Amino acid sequence: MAISLDKLVGTHHQALQVRTQRMEVISGNLANANTPGYKARDIDFNKAMKSAQSTQANSSMVKTHEKHMSGGMRSQAELDFRIPTQPDTGDGNNVDVQVERNAFLETGMRYQAGLMLIDGKFKGMKKALSSGGQ
Amino acid sequence: MGLFNIMNISGTGMAAETVRLNTTASNIANANSVSSSYEDTYKARHPVFAAALDQASQDQTKGVGVNVLGVVESQKPLQVEYAPGNPMADENGYIYKPNVNIVEEMADMMSASKAYETNVQVADTTKRIFRRVLQLGQR
Repeated sequence: MAISLDKLVGTHHQALQVRTQRMEVISGNLANANTPGYKARDIDFNKAMKSAQSTQANSSMVKTHEKHMSGGMRSQAELDFRIPTQPDTGDGNNVDVQVERNAFLETGMRYQAGLMLIDGKFKGMKKALSSGGQ
Repeated sequence: MGLFNIMNISGTGMAAETVRLNTTASNIANANSVSSSYEDTYKARHPVFAAALDQASQDQTKGVGVNVLGVVESQKPLQVEYAPGNPMADENGYIYKPNVNIVEEMADMMSASKAYETNVQVADTTKRIFRRVLQLGQR
């Protein structure tokens, strides 16, 4: 019986990928905290995880000109704009730095939790391979 | 690699805020400089920020960095003062002072330094997480 490393890690690596994407989006929000007209965005983890599990291959369209837009199948599907907490900030920007910072922190913690789970799996496998850690 | 994109994005944020701090420093430093004509007078400068959407769609990233489109000079009227004793006064005895609002600039400076700090913290958190990834399965 062959040992499948894919099955060992399970869906954890997909979860980590989605968390990375979410951190990317939030870091973009924080970088644009003073950009006029910028609207804060976020990833719906549920939807993103579903599409990550269903479409493994990232199908993207061929670009023949530098001005072409990249038409990936699942690139923008899960991205949504955040519902603003205050009606008008004066310059059309609705990034709430506190909210974004907390979201970034939370995603980072969850990412680390995911890492620890994977680490535990590796440790278990190591133990099994070295016949009980001797 | 996703984690490097985060570093890039917070890097663009830091660069943009540095430009803002730079213009603020220049504005405050020149707040009291005088000149003898309307054209030669220093005018308050402010950077224009815009989301780097083109680059984001090219690199297939989900996060969007920030671009500094340019620095524009303020269109507010200058302060004209009657000071015939000033060596910089024109033939009618007027000197021209910049349209820099010191209070506004100080508030801008605080906002820029806070935003810079936020971007640094994002990069720092990313660095720590990345280190954890590299240590995966080693201990």
